[in-house]
Amino acid sequence: MSILPFLAAGWILLAGIYGMVTSRNLVHAVGCLAVAQSSTYVLLLGVGFRRGGTAPVFSDIPTRTPVVDPVVQALVLTDIVVGTTVTALLLSLVIQIRKRTGTVDPEDLTELRG
Amino acid sequence: MPSTADLLPLPVAVPLAGAAVLVLAGRLLPRTATDILATAWAALETALLCLLWARAGDGRVVSWAGGWTIHDGHSVGIVLVGDRLGIGLALLVSVLVAAVLVYSWRYFEEPPAGHGGTFPALLLLFEAGMCGFALTGDLFDAFVFFELMGVVAYALTGYRIEDPRPLHGALTFGVVNSLAAYCSLLGIGLLYARTGELGMAQTGAALAGHRTDALVVTAFVLVMASMLVKSAAVPFHFWLPDAHAVAPTPVCMLMSGVMVELGVYGTLRIYLTVFAGPGGVPAAAFTHTLAVLGALTALTGAVMCWQQRHLKRLLAFSTIGHVGLWLLGLSLLRPQDTAGAALYITGHAGVKAALFGLTGVLLDRHGSVDEYGLFGRGRDSRAAGALFVAGGLALAGLPPFGTALGKAVAEHAAAERAGWLPALYVLVSALTGGAVLRAALRVFYGAGVVPEPSHSDVETSGDAEEPEVRDPQRPVPRTMTAVPALLLLGALAVGVWPGVGRALGSAARTFGDHAGYLADVQGTAAPALTTALPSTDWTLTGVLLGVLSTALAAVLAACAVWRPDRRFAAARGARTLAAWGDRRLVLPLRRLHSGLLGDYVTWLTVGLAALLIALAAQT
Repeated sequence: MSILPFLAAGWILLAGIYGMVTSRNLVHAVGCLAVAQSSTYVLLLGVGFRRGGTAPVFSDIPTRTPVVDPVVQALVLTDIVVGTTVTALLLSLVIQIRKRTGTVDPEDLTELRG
Repeated sequence: MPSTADLLPLPVAVPLAGAAVLVLAGRLLPRTATDILATAWAALETALLCLLWARAGDGRVVSWAGGWTIHDGHSVGIVLVGDRLGIGLALLVSVLVAAVLVYSWRYFEEPPAGHGGTFPALLLLFEAGMCGFALTGDLFDAFVFFELMGVVAYALTGYRIEDPRPLHGALTFGVVNSLAAYCSLLGIGLLYARTGELGMAQTGAALAGHRTDALVVTAFVLVMASMLVKSAAVPFHFWLPDAHAVAPTPVCMLMSGVMVELGVYGTLRIYLTVFAGPGGVPAAAFTHTLAVLGALTALTGAVMCWQQRHLKRLLAFSTIGHVGLWLLGLSLLRPQDTAGAALYITGHAGVKAALFGLTGVLLDRHGSVDEYGLFGRGRDSRAAGALFVAGGLALAGLPPFGTALGKAVAEHAAAERAGWLPALYVLVSALTGGAVLRAALRVFYGAGVVPEPSHSDVETSGDAEEPEVRDPQRPVPRTMTAVPALLLLGALAVGVWPGVGRALGSAARTFGDHAGYLADVQGTAAPALTTALPSTDWTLTGVLLGVLSTALAAVLAACAVWRPDRRFAAARGARTLAAWGDRRLVLPLRRLHSGLLGDYVTWLTVGLAALLIALAAQT
């Protein structure tokens, strides 16, 4: 198995984290969280990849055909559902913050400190 | 009567179904009926977990969802594994959820028509996530349950969407926790790449075929990320005070009482089942790293707790201080350490939930949780004041509260490893208990002088809170003081009734048994346990140390409230020293708690990198 998917996943994670750290817009920050999450898709699909394997759907192929790992695909599907829920909830919080404070810049939210 | 294994999925399924029913029922039934239905549902869950606790005994209950059992050590099915510690934690969750439901019967203003069931439904959903997390034996399921309880907790934190502060706290909480959860999923992916398994025990067994290398250590640190963030270990703790300061009081009771503790539980459960065997992370490396992390957390939490004037933040930092003590104790990995931490957590859950509940009474009456602004204004709430003082004393470790017994057992066990460790326990208990007593003296008894408002730029005051109830004329609902009183009685019972200690002692021994867990999951005969049953009785040293920390807490609180006269040289010296420490050490520490999302994410990354380096250097 190639090391490339691991490096790519690491890179995407770091890019997402960098975006969150430097973000001046909460919508952008939540977007960066989604970017960081997509590193998990790349890693999981990379782990389950098998050279020459096809999609693990046995309706029209013989059962001896080599296929990629279906477990990680189930994990990625679950992961996508979880991620969508989180992103949707966080974005709705951002909308409310914009309505109540008139800003989406995290640096302007300074009520909680010390 | 169904078998015990068949009952095991029910603690997850029952509250999930309850949440769905309540959302529907809230549209049709009046509010009282919805509340009664929710409480009945929570009582059913508690009864179910009591039955499971009784039936589990000293063994483990293993349940394979859908009959996809293990074959030749390999599995694709999903497994739930309940031992007494996991079931006990789920039981604690369900008891607290029931208490919180009763507490909030009359707490909120009338919910919008047609949505009366939203809040109790969210609480039940929260319960389902927490119970599932306590009972799962599968790494990926642990991630899913973690996110389930996380998402519901974010929603509950930001429940009062008309106020900007809860939104801010909930957003920080959500981003930091979810990022950590995704890190964990990366770690789970790496483990799957090495072993081809997702079950905790199976992964642990498969790791044995390979030496410990960079992949295992990286996977360990990544998997631990979400557990350490949830348990608020320094430097992953920044979200916790922000979220606790703004969440509705009933939600604080649950978050501080059990949710954070689930992170502590998860840290140990995953280490013991997955990484404790050959090919995992050596015990010495784990102990050293987690003990340092625990000590750091305990000190930071205690120091920051003392600095707070926002009562909810004060209680939140005290939770961080205690989490540090538990992590420190659990890092030593012996049954007596685990038993001490388990007792401590059980007692603490009652005490901390009670204290938050009483803070809710203040918020209800005065629309403020500011120690300075509330000076003397709680005089007419006598019962709440007395209970608050009792809670502060219990937090400081006054025997015979459960917190004191847990502290005594943990101290005794820790002293066998290093003689100075009990001093840390005493210091942290005294500082956190002292801070609560100080607040109680000022708020409920108007003791000492009116504190001068500080002009520090790093402070959350807690005045001008949105009152969570809109009608200041009505009397405080009786349930709001009755529930904290019952919770404190529960914490007392944990210390007084020897059955609790004995059961948790034997549960702790089972919990630490790596080989037995694997054998039970694989359905093979488990090797007999050779470790001795830990003793959880009161000892003279334990009682004396408990009294010592309580006395220290009382002295600290008294010194803060009635400032010692300047004429005494000793008092002058102490003040100069305190002012220096405040400027040089405490202020920079407080500045780190900036409330900025970017800073918190940076600390998460730095913390993970530091853990990775520390563990890689030791393996």
